[in-house]
Amino acid sequence: MNSETYAMNDLKDRKLAVALGKASEAASADNGVRMRVEDLSVYYGKVEAVKNVTMSIGTQKVTALIGPSGCGKSTFIRCLNRMHELTPGARVEGTVLLDDQNLYGSDVDPVDVRRRVGMVFQKPNPFPNMSVRDNVIAGFKLSGIRDRKILDEVVEKSLRGAALWDEVKDNLQKSGASLSGGQQQRLCIARALAVSPEVLLMDEPCSALDPIATAKIEELIHELKEQVTIVIVTHNMQQAARVSDFTSFFYLGELVEFGETGKLFTAPEKRQTEDYITGRFG
Amino acid sequence: MTLNSRDRYRKFVEWANWTGMLFCTSVSVFFLVAILGYVLVNGASYIDWEFLTAMPVPAGETGGGIANALVGSFLVVIVASLMALPIGIGAAIFINEFPSQGFGRTVRFLAEVLTGVPSIVVGLFAYALVVIPSGGFSALSGSVAYAFIMVPIILITAHEALRLVPDSLREASLALGIPKWRTIMGVVLPVSSRALITGAVLAISRALGEAAPMLFTAFGNSFWNVNLTKPIATVPLLIYTYATGPYEDWHRKAWAASFVLLVVVLFTSVLTRAFLRGKSNE
Repeated sequence: MNSETYAMNDLKDRKLAVALGKASEAASADNGVRMRVEDLSVYYGKVEAVKNVTMSIGTQKVTALIGPSGCGKSTFIRCLNRMHELTPGARVEGTVLLDDQNLYGSDVDPVDVRRRVGMVFQKPNPFPNMSVRDNVIAGFKLSGIRDRKILDEVVEKSLRGAALWDEVKDNLQKSGASLSGGQQQRLCIARALAVSPEVLLMDEPCSALDPIATAKIEELIHELKEQVTIVIVTHNMQQAARVSDFTSFFYLGELVEFGETGKLFTAPEKRQTEDYITGRFG
Repeated sequence: MTLNSRDRYRKFVEWANWTGMLFCTSVSVFFLVAILGYVLVNGASYIDWEFLTAMPVPAGETGGGIANALVGSFLVVIVASLMALPIGIGAAIFINEFPSQGFGRTVRFLAEVLTGVPSIVVGLFAYALVVIPSGGFSALSGSVAYAFIMVPIILITAHEALRLVPDSLREASLALGIPKWRTIMGVVLPVSSRALITGAVLAISRALGEAAPMLFTAFGNSFWNVNLTKPIATVPLLIYTYATGPYEDWHRKAWAASFVLLVVVLFTSVLTRAFLRGKSNE
């Protein structure tokens, strides 16, 4: 289409096509499922933090993961882009398919996985050594892409995508760390969007934000699902109910129930789910 | 309201503590000021343009300067920094960014032990390692001796600097699909650059003032030399020679050279601070 699309392709082309067997394009023929997790178990040393989870993540849907602290939902989401293996002593069993490619295949480079599956963290973590602009294009710059025209387009598009453009467009050279907490988090979303991932993981993205900033992010999530598939971990059940299409309830490392959000919150099948969403424990 | 005896006792203890600590502070500051003042009084009067730019004159003659020793000191320290900075920072990156059970801790421990090795021993080691095999004293062997002193200081300060970089920034970068080495070069090092520079300056200042490691390595030279394979004059060595010599004029020159050395070290550290402060205001 234009130079921007070209840049995206260029960025992804590197090893990706080889590593993932060029299957991603073929598989994006939409069968409604972007990721499929099968029999996923995660261990920290001998402790099993996630037990035998199987679930599907719908294309361009928002899937929320809820459950009490320590239930394994953060551990689970970190397995979807292979961030989990950075934790010393962590071990993963099972498969995570992205468009029918096993992300844990022996020939798959985690770097390529993380290009396709982006992540936004609990606490906003903009690079303090970089300006707003450089934060957005960090994924490009640190991969050696420096074409100014392409980068300028990416900056505007990503910041607009993260609903931050109007607030920072006159101050792109300002330090990323000088923004407010909510703006920082949207900057982090822009940074993740810039490399045009297929899936965006959000690990409690609002837990460090005030209600107004939270509302902005939630609104943003609604808009973002036009372009990307979103998986969001949240402590806040109202938030899950507001933003997600599907919800999965984790308890003690197990996936207790998974279903359409409306149904799960109004007519849960399992007793534990009902107890949790009605506030009887957690 | 009157003070009872308990209150009076409490007030006395408070006063005694305050006085005691004031005394300790005064003593430490006094000696620092005394050293500076003594060097200033004895040395500054001898400083003129000639002293800084002229070559030494034969014993007994007045006048002359320390130009060769000044240039020699800078040369030896610069070459030593070129060796010590990459090694020290590289080792710090290795033990911090690629943690392995025990090895990193061992390296760190050895570095701490190395900072305590007397500098004369370092000189002897450089003598055995470089001077004997190469067949003679040389500026380069002096640089090697300085590098031995600098590496552990740089390693320890750099390790501390890298430890302070929050993991959330490493994760942010890795989650963008940026390879680990790019993450280190593009995020971890820039974020810790202030502390890295401070550590480097500390090591350089320490080396600049060391005479003992030069005794059997750079050896000293009364003539102009910038050839790294030949013996070279350095300021601390010149101070040692002049201060222990029999001539009154030499003693004055030793004071003057001490003053120059002190000013250079102070200047380096003040300039670095100013530079870093400017950097943080960007």
